Amino acid sequence: MRIACPFCGERENGEFTYLGDASPKRPTFAVDSGESPERVEDAFYDYVYLRDNVAGFMREYWYHGGGCRSWLIAERNTVTHEFRSVTAAPGVGASKPVQAGE
Amino acid sequence: MKYSIFSLAKAALSGHQGWTRAWRDPAPKSHYDVIIIGGGGHGLATAYFLANEYGIRNVAVLEKGWIGSGNAGRNTTIIRSNYGLPGNTGFYELSMKLWERMEQDLNYNAMVSQRGIINLYHSDAQRDAFARRGNTMRINGIDAELLDAVQIRKELPFLNYDSPRFPIMGGLMQRRGGTARHDAVVWGYARAADQRGVDIIQNCEVTGFVRDQNGKVTGVETSRGKISAGKVGMAVAGNTSRVAAMAGMKLPIESHVLQAFVTEAIKPLIPGVVTFGAGHFYISQSDKGGLVFGGDLDGYNSYAQRGNMPVVEDVCEGGMAVMPMIGRVRMLRQWGGIMDMSMDGTPIIDKTPIDGLYLNAGWCYGGFKATPASGLVFAHLLARDEPHPEAARFRLDRFRRGAMIDEKGQGAQPNLH
Repeated sequence: MRIACPFCGERENGEFTYLGDASPKRPTFAVDSGESPERVEDAFYDYVYLRDNVAGFMREYWYHGGGCRSWLIAERNTVTHEFRSVTAAPGVGASKPVQAGE
Repeated sequence: MKYSIFSLAKAALSGHQGWTRAWRDPAPKSHYDVIIIGGGGHGLATAYFLANEYGIRNVAVLEKGWIGSGNAGRNTTIIRSNYGLPGNTGFYELSMKLWERMEQDLNYNAMVSQRGIINLYHSDAQRDAFARRGNTMRINGIDAELLDAVQIRKELPFLNYDSPRFPIMGGLMQRRGGTARHDAVVWGYARAADQRGVDIIQNCEVTGFVRDQNGKVTGVETSRGKISAGKVGMAVAGNTSRVAAMAGMKLPIESHVLQAFVTEAIKPLIPGVVTFGAGHFYISQSDKGGLVFGGDLDGYNSYAQRGNMPVVEDVCEGGMAVMPMIGRVRMLRQWGGIMDMSMDGTPIIDKTPIDGLYLNAGWCYGGFKATPASGLVFAHLLARDEPHPEAARFRLDRFRRGAMIDEKGQGAQPNLH
């Protein structure tokens, strides 16, 4: 398996660390939202423990620790290990355009 | 046909032409009391115990390929009961006791060999943790010996004791641990279950569940037609999420690939099973002479039964660190299996929220040693509708309740155990 880092090019997967499925979103509840404790618990149970465990293309986080140290989102087929795309993970510094001289 | 030294001698005289097939190849019936999905060790053991212990003989085991073609044929054949946490300790010892009488129970040579397993330790802290686990085992009536480096050197002189980084200081030995012939375990349970009336149906892939108006599972759709059932049990570790998704369930499980390796055959060298405590590496020698070893998961979700090179390198580095002579043998084969990684490293054996559907899953990479006990407790659950006392903690709702059985102490992380 080789991963085409958008910053460094194609590298062997030993340079990367895997975080996992990019789809679970941490639940956000406002302090005074009035949500029942059960619903909050359900939402966190789902986020922390439950997984779709996709067989097929899955969006997932990889960290290029052996290269540019960017967080990436890859679309990878868990059945064949084929990559469809690798992009910078949104919301992290590396995804912003870098200006010359910075 | 009963297997014995006499049946062997008799068959030898007739040039081994007289052997009959070990189990039938029946067409699926329209209804069974219990259907087990998955013809691996666990599924077949479950069917055997249902028929033998609980008197339920109208049972089918449905297997999409051939029996034992999944993880039952891909593991490193180690058996042991050296667990420290309540829930695990008793369960795995139940399994060890069943291993000890399996061949007599099944009338089948599963080559169970109690050649011992030793977990090496390399620091004071690790020694203390191992001593504690050993004491837990002994309190529960399980054998454990804490050995120092001098004692181990007598039994395993070829290890790297003087590594400046990870010197071997001692190890926790369970002499009743060892290995068994994985395929023979599958075949032994298949034959014994078949003799008790169980239908083993291969090349029969489950493609969906049949539900009644209340949502109860009343059968399965398969590649060989619809089959109705009183109860359906899943024993499809590796593919649990995919099968559960057909029933609309989402589980605390991820599928990961674990690689295993075997070298060319050499003369007897390693007496038992050895695990390196400073990296993730373990090794034993098969009866054919090959050194069988493995290490960590590849670390990413996968349903492909193959891994990648970084882990090959990592495992071989572990081997070179603890046993440098391993560098002189050639690696012969390497393969991967799909592990049902639960979120605490412990299996799930429970009813599901769906009536009529039962779950046996989440074996992480420790399913082989559990085969007999898994079959027994799952059969108990299917027959009695209540958990077996030794599996009472392996509940599906333990994650929500915060009652995890986290042997490694690392929290909700599926790719570490």
